[in-house]
Amino acid sequence: MALIRLIFILLILRPIARFWTGADVFGRENLPTKGPAIIAANHNSHVDTLLLLTMFPARAVMRLRPAAAADYFLTDPVVGWFSRRLIGIVPIARDRAGTGEDILAPAREALAQGDIIIIFPEGTRGDARDRMGRLKNGVARLAEAFPDAPVAPVWLQGAGRVLPKGAHVPVPMNCTIHVGAPIAWPGDRARLMTALREALDALKAQAPPLRWREDDADGADGAG
Amino acid sequence: MSDVIAAALRFAEAVPAPLVWGLGAVLAMLTAGALAALVLPRLRPGVDHGDLRRRVNSWWVMAALLAAALLAGWRATLLLFAVISFLALREFLSLAPIRREDRLIVLLAYLTIPASYALLAADRYGLYLVFIPVWVFLAAPFLMACIGQIRGYLPTAALFHWAMMTCVYNLGFAAYLSRAPADHAPQAGGAGLVFFLLLATEANDVAQYVWGKLIGRRKIVPKVSPNKTWEGFIGGWATTAALIWFAGPLFTPLHGVGLAMVAALLPLAGFAGDVTMSAIKRDLGVKDTSALIPGHGGVLDRVDSLTFTAPLFFHLTVYFCFGETPWP
Repeated sequence: MALIRLIFILLILRPIARFWTGADVFGRENLPTKGPAIIAANHNSHVDTLLLLTMFPARAVMRLRPAAAADYFLTDPVVGWFSRRLIGIVPIARDRAGTGEDILAPAREALAQGDIIIIFPEGTRGDARDRMGRLKNGVARLAEAFPDAPVAPVWLQGAGRVLPKGAHVPVPMNCTIHVGAPIAWPGDRARLMTALREALDALKAQAPPLRWREDDADGADGAG
Repeated sequence: MSDVIAAALRFAEAVPAPLVWGLGAVLAMLTAGALAALVLPRLRPGVDHGDLRRRVNSWWVMAALLAAALLAGWRATLLLFAVISFLALREFLSLAPIRREDRLIVLLAYLTIPASYALLAADRYGLYLVFIPVWVFLAAPFLMACIGQIRGYLPTAALFHWAMMTCVYNLGFAAYLSRAPADHAPQAGGAGLVFFLLLATEANDVAQYVWGKLIGRRKIVPKVSPNKTWEGFIGGWATTAALIWFAGPLFTPLHGVGLAMVAALLPLAGFAGDVTMSAIKRDLGVKDTSALIPGHGGVLDRVDSLTFTAPLFFHLTVYFCFGETPWP
C-alpha cells in the first residue's frame, strides 16, 4: 500500500499538479525533508493539500501526513479510504474539540514515528481572498510536545482560484508555494503563534498577485 | 534490428538538408553557451554565474523539445504549440485582474485551444481565421452577460479577448507553418519555416540584449522597460535583418521585396511583442509571468516576441510567396 501511495503521489498527482497549476516553489531549501517536522500552511482549497504533497522530494513523500478534519473526510467510506490510504491523512476530530478528548493524539503519534505533519492552523478553508483566518494553536501544542521538530511556515498562493470552497470543477491557474525558514521552538505557545503569523504574513507579501480582483464595493481589504 | 536501422535511415533522409544544418548550428551555439557557463565561473570567481548556467540549461531543454517536434512532423509541432499556448494562457489569466465570477469564462478560454488547433490539424484555415476573432469574440461577451456578469464588463471582456488572441490565435500561426506542403516550401518544408521563424525571433531577443549590454546608453521606453536602449534596439534590428536577408532564402521561399519586408519588420514586431508584454507585467507589478523555465521566467516571458512575430511572418510569407491565401 505504501508503494501504491508513493506511485500515486509521484506519478499521478505530481504531473497533474504541475500541468494544472505550475506549482512554482520558492524557498525550497527551507523545506524539512526529515521527520519529525511540522509544515504549517494557509488554507483556501483542497488543492492546497495536493500542492503540499507534490512539492517534496521522493524520499520525503512517504513521511508526509496531512492533518485533516475527521468530520469532513471520514464520513463517506470511499472518500475515507482515499484520504487514509492514498493521501495518508492524520484524522483530527474537530467536532470533539473542547470535550476533554485529546484530538491531537493521532498527530502526536505520527510525529513520534518520525513523520512530517502538514497542518492548516486556520482549521478550515478560507474564502479564497487569501486573507488569513485566526490561527488555532493546535500547531503550538504539537510543537511543544516535539520541541526538536522544526515548524516550517508555507504560504500557498492561488489555490483558492483553482478550486474555491463550494466549487467542483478545478480551473487551471498558476499557484506558487513560498516556504519560509523553519521556526525553532521558542519556549512557549504564544511566542510560536506570533512567530508563525509574522512568518506567514511576510511570505504572503512576497507572493505574486495570483488572487481575485475584488471591487471596491466589497471593501475587500478593509478588514485586513 | 536491420528494419529499425533502415527505418531510421529513411527518416533521416526525409529530413531536409537545410533543417539538419540549421539544427546543427543551434547545437553548436548551445555548446558554446554551455562552455561559457563552464569557463566564466573559473575566469571570474566570486561572481554568481548560477543564472547563466540555468539560462543555458533551459535553452538546451527548449531547443531539444522544438527540434524533436519539428523532426517528428506537423502533428507533433501542433501538439507542442498547443501545450505552449495552454501554458502561456494559464500564466496570462492567472496574473490578469479577474474576479471570482469569471471562472466559467476562464474555463471556456482554455477550450479555444483544442478547438483552434483542431481546425489547424484539419487544415481548415478559413475557419481558423474567424474562429477566435469573430465567433469567440461575439460569444464570450454574450455568455458573460447571460451569467449576469456586469461589474467591469467591458475591461473583462477585452482582457479575455486579448489573452486568447495573443496566446492562442497568434501562436497558432507559428504552428500552422509546419503544415505548408513541400511544393510551397521546397527549401526545407513546413518544418523549415517554423524553424526559421523561431530562429529569427529568438536571435532578435538575444541580439537586442547583447547590443544593449555592450553599447546601450539612451533609454528607448524608460517607463515600460528601463533596460531597453536605442543602441540595443538598432543593433538587434540590424543583426536580425542581416540574418533574415542572408539565411532566409535557405529555409523559406521568400526573396526580393518579400524577403526585404520580413527582414525589416520582423525585428520590429519582436521588439513590439516584448515591450507590450513588459507593459502588462509592469501594470500588474510582476517581473516574470511564472518560474516555469529556470533562468528565463515563465513561458509567456519567452514567447512574448513570438506572439507578434508569428502572425507577421506568416502573413508576409503567404502574401509574397503564395498569393492571397495559403495552401489548402
